[in-house]
Amino acid sequence: MKNDEYRVTKYEPLANKARGIFLMKEKAKILDTEGIQRAIMRIAHEIIEKNKGGLGLCVVGIRNRGVYIAQRIAACIKQIEGIDVATGALDITLYRDDLALATGQPRVRKTEIDFDINDQNLVLVDDVLYTGRTIRAALDALIDFGRPKSIQLAVLVDRGHRELPIRADFVGKNIPTSKKESVEVHLQESDGCDEVLIAEKE
Amino acid sequence: MISWTKKDLLGLEYLTPEEITLILDTAESFKEVSTREIKKVPALRGKTAVNLFYEPSTRTRVSFEVAAKRLSADVINIATETSSVKKGETLIDTGKNIQALKADIIIVRHNCSGAANMLARTLDISVINAGDGWHEHPTQALLDIFTLKERFGVIKGLNVAIVGDIAHSRVARSNIWGLTKLGAKVTLCAPEMLLPPEIELTGAKTSHNLDEVLKNTDAVNVLRMQFERDEGAAFPSQLDYYKKFGITEERLAKAKKDIVVMHPGPINRGVEMSSEVADGANSVILEQVTNGIAVRMAVLFLVSQAKDAKK
Repeated sequence: MKNDEYRVTKYEPLANKARGIFLMKEKAKILDTEGIQRAIMRIAHEIIEKNKGGLGLCVVGIRNRGVYIAQRIAACIKQIEGIDVATGALDITLYRDDLALATGQPRVRKTEIDFDINDQNLVLVDDVLYTGRTIRAALDALIDFGRPKSIQLAVLVDRGHRELPIRADFVGKNIPTSKKESVEVHLQESDGCDEVLIAEKE
Repeated sequence: MISWTKKDLLGLEYLTPEEITLILDTAESFKEVSTREIKKVPALRGKTAVNLFYEPSTRTRVSFEVAAKRLSADVINIATETSSVKKGETLIDTGKNIQALKADIIIVRHNCSGAANMLARTLDISVINAGDGWHEHPTQALLDIFTLKERFGVIKGLNVAIVGDIAHSRVARSNIWGLTKLGAKVTLCAPEMLLPPEIELTGAKTSHNLDEVLKNTDAVNVLRMQFERDEGAAFPSQLDYYKKFGITEERLAKAKKDIVVMHPGPINRGVEMSSEVADGANSVILEQVTNGIAVRMAVLFLVSQAKDAKK
């Protein structure tokens, strides 16, 4: 990675600042708007290549940000192949393996998969791949909806440190991190801007 | 964003508007689970819920059982007629024994007001009130409000009439608390003797004229006439009641066109409402039953989460 990609920005969430809490140190911007869009476009191309077109394909994003990335991937596939790919949203809260020990109450959100996933090539989408536990929960949830022909995994960022035997088929950017760091993905749809930041936890 | 911290659900009187909204929002997410081919999620796997019903019930008991099973909890039903209650065991002793069996949640219905509160104070495990005397029936009111929210989008500003036996109704009390907290305007319509004194202190208005009330009402919640509680001469006869307070097509014709008609069940057809109304286009009675599952899933999930967080 080129050095100039690490544009260092000062960043503290305003609410925390107001309360005098400064949790995060300086952050490095790993991807900007163009970088994210290029990565998503490349993933879309790779998905089409691997699946020999867009037929029999569906895209399911994991709440929250995975859903927006999934929608963008579907839009890119439409642009490339001219095919409308079914897009869904998956909430994995009820399948979490740490539900009984969750600190801070997880909010249950809606799962919206209003199409048949049986015999489809299903691309599961998330923003960051880390321990792999979210993906494990998502796989369990998907199986309750049917039996896809295949499930493939696309992530915007792979930061390493897997705790389960899970890997991604399509990766926007590999970012080697230490466990002390945090990776934040901000998207226009949820956060008002497109960027991927890496920060040291204090 | 607020989180749920209570181990029990005893009544809507004890909840903030935010907590009520949290239950309704969570229920909205859970509704989807019942539309799946495999209607089950593993959220309460390994938990045990006990249905302890001292009064007859089909709807509520089955609804709680279905809700718990869709969350993968194990469910045990105790019918008090065939249990040690018959031998004189007290509610507290029964509760303590269920706790000693390492159950996680007790869903209790009792004919004494305050029974669930007493049990919740005594036990460490979660207690959900499925109706206690004339006090509260929180999950029924929550599913009524959930159904209204689905229909109208917002509760604030809605004109809701509750018609019938207000005095003996825990459904009415829970609805009054919930609806007024969320900003709806509640009007209670009943014969004089079925309106408890000073009920206006809750913030609800009262009336004896159904036709007048219906003119300006978005939704009407029709309560069951509890004739088993007949208290003598002043209690209206079925026919008399139907004439003055029964919801009929003729009455609805003079009301708002898209007025929503609700009933917590079981219906006395031809007493609280005509069969045509119960099965008609304005009725959401069966939607209420379906929504009851989602609301009870949300409540079971939230109390269970709060309990785990405290460990």
